[in-house]
Amino acid sequence: MAVLSDGGRRTAEAIIARYPAGRERSAVLPLLYLMQSEEGRLTQDGLREVGELLGITTAEVEAVASFYTMLRMRPTGTHVVSVCTNLSCALRGANEVFAAARDAAEVEHDDETSPDGVFTVHQEECLGACDAAPVVQVDFANHDRVTPERVVELVAALRAGEVPTPSRGRAPKDFREASRILAGSRSERVSASGSPPRVGAEEAT
Amino acid sequence: MNAAPTTRIVTANWDDPNVVGIDGYLAAGGYEGLRAAIAMAPAEVIDLVKTSGLRGRGGAGFPTGVKWSFVPQDTGKPTYVVANFDESEPGTFNNREIIEREPHRLLEGMAIAAYAVQSHLAFVYCRGEFLWPGEILDAAIREAYAKGVFGASVLGSGFELEVVLHRGAGAYICGEETALLSSLEGYRGQPRLRPPFPAVEGLYASPTLINNVETLATVPSILTRGPEWFAGIGTEKSPGTKIFSVSGKVERPGNYELPLGTPLRTLLEDHAGGMLGGRRLKAWTPGGSSTPMLTEEHLDVGLDFESITAAGSLLGTGAIIVMDDTDCIVEAARRLVQFYAHESCGKCTPCREGTWWVSRVLGRIQEGYGRSEDLPLLDELGENILFKAFCALADGAVSPIQSSLRYFRDEYEAHIAERRCPFTGVGPGGDTAAGSDATANEAGLTEALT
Repeated sequence: MAVLSDGGRRTAEAIIARYPAGRERSAVLPLLYLMQSEEGRLTQDGLREVGELLGITTAEVEAVASFYTMLRMRPTGTHVVSVCTNLSCALRGANEVFAAARDAAEVEHDDETSPDGVFTVHQEECLGACDAAPVVQVDFANHDRVTPERVVELVAALRAGEVPTPSRGRAPKDFREASRILAGSRSERVSASGSPPRVGAEEAT
Repeated sequence: MNAAPTTRIVTANWDDPNVVGIDGYLAAGGYEGLRAAIAMAPAEVIDLVKTSGLRGRGGAGFPTGVKWSFVPQDTGKPTYVVANFDESEPGTFNNREIIEREPHRLLEGMAIAAYAVQSHLAFVYCRGEFLWPGEILDAAIREAYAKGVFGASVLGSGFELEVVLHRGAGAYICGEETALLSSLEGYRGQPRLRPPFPAVEGLYASPTLINNVETLATVPSILTRGPEWFAGIGTEKSPGTKIFSVSGKVERPGNYELPLGTPLRTLLEDHAGGMLGGRRLKAWTPGGSSTPMLTEEHLDVGLDFESITAAGSLLGTGAIIVMDDTDCIVEAARRLVQFYAHESCGKCTPCREGTWWVSRVLGRIQEGYGRSEDLPLLDELGENILFKAFCALADGAVSPIQSSLRYFRDEYEAHIAERRCPFTGVGPGGDTAAGSDATANEAGLTEALT
């Protein structure tokens, strides 16, 4: 069964059109994000459809998808909670934050999903925000200087259906919406004629 | 040093919240560097950047103008410019703040670079985890089109430039420029053989200029204020300023832009607020986790390419991770090597297997199962990884191993002799009981024998 609706296919075509003619394969990462936004993870159907859109095999698409940690081929929660435990964060107590996050979300091991399907919790590598250590991302929105107590609050808020306000920027409502943003639904390559970017063209789909 | 230690170039406008948008950026003199560039011949722009002495800020320190001059013209193929915004080196966070505060500074630098090498299509490769910085860039790119900065005629010059934001998907290796290109072409992010260098055969086997965000963000000021002004800051061979990202055990972690050559002591004490809780400095990385750790004895070494190299490390990305006397060096080294084991792309055996093996050995030492032969083993493993793999990721993995053994061998020996971590007191099986005669439980023994 097709993963993308007709509107979704138009979005996919707009994503492909960002790249030069004959270089459509460059769209594989954004297209994988698009499939992930539809299904909450990547499935064989999604991989196959990306291959069809780009004229490459499902195996080639899977080879790419399996390389990147943000593309998830395993069962994934509604929310992905990433706790940086690399050195700068570890020096500021990140291991305790990770343990607290796992306990609160009822996730037994690293990178697993809670029995209720709400959370995937994993140890993240450096998130490039070490001035705010320990750093936690909830669906890729940053939370700075997180204590074990704070991460328990974050998990409780998510479980209650709230979207915690991140330290900077805007939070996606869940992992699927984050994936949709990562598909790059906004900036479009303008045509060689220099027409202005098609602002909002894709959101309309 | 020719300039006051407070000289700020890339971060000069960071106190102004309006420069995140294009109107504020223009009001602060933004895009004047691009105007100056397009009034010159492309080759003159390259010469000017060469004269400034600017060196790449992404880690290698290669002269930027020279890199630009390597991009051939008249190949009959398109030329591409790529901004490397895959900032993932542990401890490094200046690119992110540049984009969060003043994204147009990068876009202006990219446009100048594109004009200099006559490229009409530029990409920003944005790290996937930078969801929000990517949205800021996305909006900034749209603003630049709307104001006629990008598009068919850059600032009315007739020079055409299109800019595309491309998001990565979680892979440290994609910061390596040839791996980045593989990723941008839609493949696994594995590095490629050089030569041919990207300047000659990069993206889509076409001439490609790749620069780090901080490097490109420095360029506009060089155009407006002149290469001699820039060359007069910092040291003779490392001109200009650098944004140092300070993290770990300091009172005020953050990004601090200072002239190259400023000693760590000044950065630490006058800017980062000194050691957290007044504790004693134990170890620090000058340029992220892939640069060998230095110690308290290097407090007065200048933070520039030459001085740090002479001290036995590398300036790298200028990411200073600070550890104090309560931090266990074995645990720190283990965590960093685990990072490299996780991020190894798998292409080369010494890196793929070596990082995994080393992280196992460090793990058993930390947990109290270390053996006397483990230290020579670590020495040997380091030797068998260093310079034995295709790209610098493997060499980066060796830095924490060899440097921690060089300066803190006694601490490793204490872990092995006491059969527990001297800092946490934790021994085999997570047992924290005092005494050095704890025996491994069954689970621990299995661990130790693997």
